[in-house]
Amino acid sequence: MTARLLVLVLLGFMTLPTLIVLVASFNPTEIMSFPPSGWSLRWYVNALTYPQFQRAALNSVIVTGASALVALPLGTAAALALGRGRVRRQALWTALLLSPLVIPGVAAGLGMLILAAALGLITSRGVLIVAHVIVVLPFVVRSVSVSVANLDPLLERAAASLGATPWRVFCRVTLPLLRPGLFAALVFALIVSINEFVISLFISTRVTEILPVAMFTYVVNYTDPTMAAVSVIFIGATLVAVLLADHYLNLSRVFQIEEREEA
Amino acid sequence: MKGSLLLAPALMAMAILAAALGALLQYSVLEFVPGSLRTGGLTLANFRGVLAPLYLRVIGETIILSALTTIFTLLASYPIAYALARTHSRRTRSLILVLTLAPFFTGAIVRTYAWMLVLGNSFVRWPVKLLFEPSGVLIGLVHFSMPTMILILAAAISHIDPTYERAAASLGAGPARTFVKVTLPLSRPGITSGCLVVFAWTFSAFATPELLGGGRVKMIANVVKDLALDAFNWPGSAAFAAVALVLTFALLGGASRWLTRVRA
Repeated sequence: MTARLLVLVLLGFMTLPTLIVLVASFNPTEIMSFPPSGWSLRWYVNALTYPQFQRAALNSVIVTGASALVALPLGTAAALALGRGRVRRQALWTALLLSPLVIPGVAAGLGMLILAAALGLITSRGVLIVAHVIVVLPFVVRSVSVSVANLDPLLERAAASLGATPWRVFCRVTLPLLRPGLFAALVFALIVSINEFVISLFISTRVTEILPVAMFTYVVNYTDPTMAAVSVIFIGATLVAVLLADHYLNLSRVFQIEEREEA
Repeated sequence: MKGSLLLAPALMAMAILAAALGALLQYSVLEFVPGSLRTGGLTLANFRGVLAPLYLRVIGETIILSALTTIFTLLASYPIAYALARTHSRRTRSLILVLTLAPFFTGAIVRTYAWMLVLGNSFVRWPVKLLFEPSGVLIGLVHFSMPTMILILAAAISHIDPTYERAAASLGAGPARTFVKVTLPLSRPGITSGCLVVFAWTFSAFATPELLGGGRVKMIANVVKDLALDAFNWPGSAAFAAVALVLTFALLGGASRWLTRVRA
C-alpha cells in the first residue's frame, strides 16, 4: 500500500508541470494567479496568431520532414549493412553511427556553426536539415536494426531462388518484413527532430529558426501565458502521437520491457 | 549489393559531424580577435581562459549538479520502473508508460517552461526560493532525466526472473529483505547504465540551467553559448566545448572499460 502510494506520488511529480501549464494557459490575466480568476482563450489566440511562431512552425515542418525523408533511407541502408554481417569492423561503424547520442549538443552546435560560417552557409536552412539528419540517424539505425535482426534471410533466398531479381526481393520481401522497424524509426525521427533545440539554436537565424528555438526566445523575453498555450498545443499533439504509437507499436516491446503472464 | 555501399551514405553524414567537431577543435587553438569573427594565430590562451577561477567554478558546479541529479533521478525512478516492470495489469502498465513517455516526447523547452511556472511564486508560495537557484535547476534536471532512467531500469528489472524473488520469499525473507538481497543486486546492470547515461546527458545540459538558472546558475553548456552567441568569442567558446567533449568521452570510455573488466 505504501509502495503504491510512493509510485503515485512520483508519477504525480512527473505530471505536475503539465497540469500547471494546462491551468496557466487558460489564465485570463497577464500575471499568473492561482486559483485563476476566470477562464480565457486569449493566449491561444495569441499563440496561433504570433507571426514568429507561425513562421517557426512552418520551418519545423520543413526541417523535420526533410530530415526524416533523408535519414530513413540512410539509416535503413546502414542497418541492413550492419545487421547482415556484410561489412568488416561492424562494432566500430555501429559505435560511430550511434555517437551523436553522446556528443554534447553545444559542441556539435558550435562546430556546425563554425563549419557553416567557413562555407558561407550561415543563413541556409540546409545546414539545419543536415544537423537534424545527423541527430535522428542513431534512432533510425537502432529501430530498423531490431527488425533486421528478426528477419529470416531464408525468406529472401527463397524469393531469389524462385527467380525474383534482387530489386524485386528487396521491394516485395525485405521492405514489407521491416515495416514495424521502419514505422518505429519514423516516429522516433519525427519526435526527436521536432524537439531538437540546442544544435538548432546555434545554426538558425530569425528567418530559419524552428519552433523550439522560437519558444526559447519567447520565454526569455516575455512572461505572459502565451507560452503556456503553445505548450499545451505541443503536449496535446505529442500525447496523441504517443497514444497512437502505443496502440499500433506496443511501446513495451519497443523499449524491451518484457510482459509476464500471471504464473 | 555490397555492404560498404549501403553503409557509405550514413557514414558521410557522420563525416560532416566529424568535420564540424574538427572545426571546433581547430578554433579552440586560434587567437580571439575581439570585435571580429576573424581569428589570429595559434595560441593556448583559450584553454588558459577555461582555467580561470570563474570558469573552474562552473566546471565544478556542473560536476556536482550532474552527480546530484544522477542520485536523485535513480531514487525517484526506481519505484516507478519497478511498478512498470512488475505490474500484472495491462492497463496500469500502459498508464505508467504513457505518463513516463509523454514528458520524454514533449521536449526540453516546454518542460523547462512548465517548471518555471511551478517553481515561481504565482501558484505556490515556496518557503525557500527555488527559481533561479541551484535547487530549482536540480529539480528540473531530475524531472528531465527520469523518463530515460525509468525506461532503462524497467528493461533491466523485467529481465529478472520473478522465481528468484519468490524463492527468497518462500525461504522466509520479508519483502524488504528480498528487495535488498535479490532484486536490487540483480538490477545492477540497469542501474549502472542508467546512471552513466543520465550523468553524461546532465553534464552537457543546456535548456534547463539556462531557463531555471536565470543566468545565476551556469553549467558548462551555458558558458559555451554565452561566449559563442553573445560575446562572439568563438575560439574561447570552442575551447570550453572541447573540454566538455573530452570530459564526456573520458567518462564514458573509462566507465565502459571499467564495466567490461568488472563483468569479465
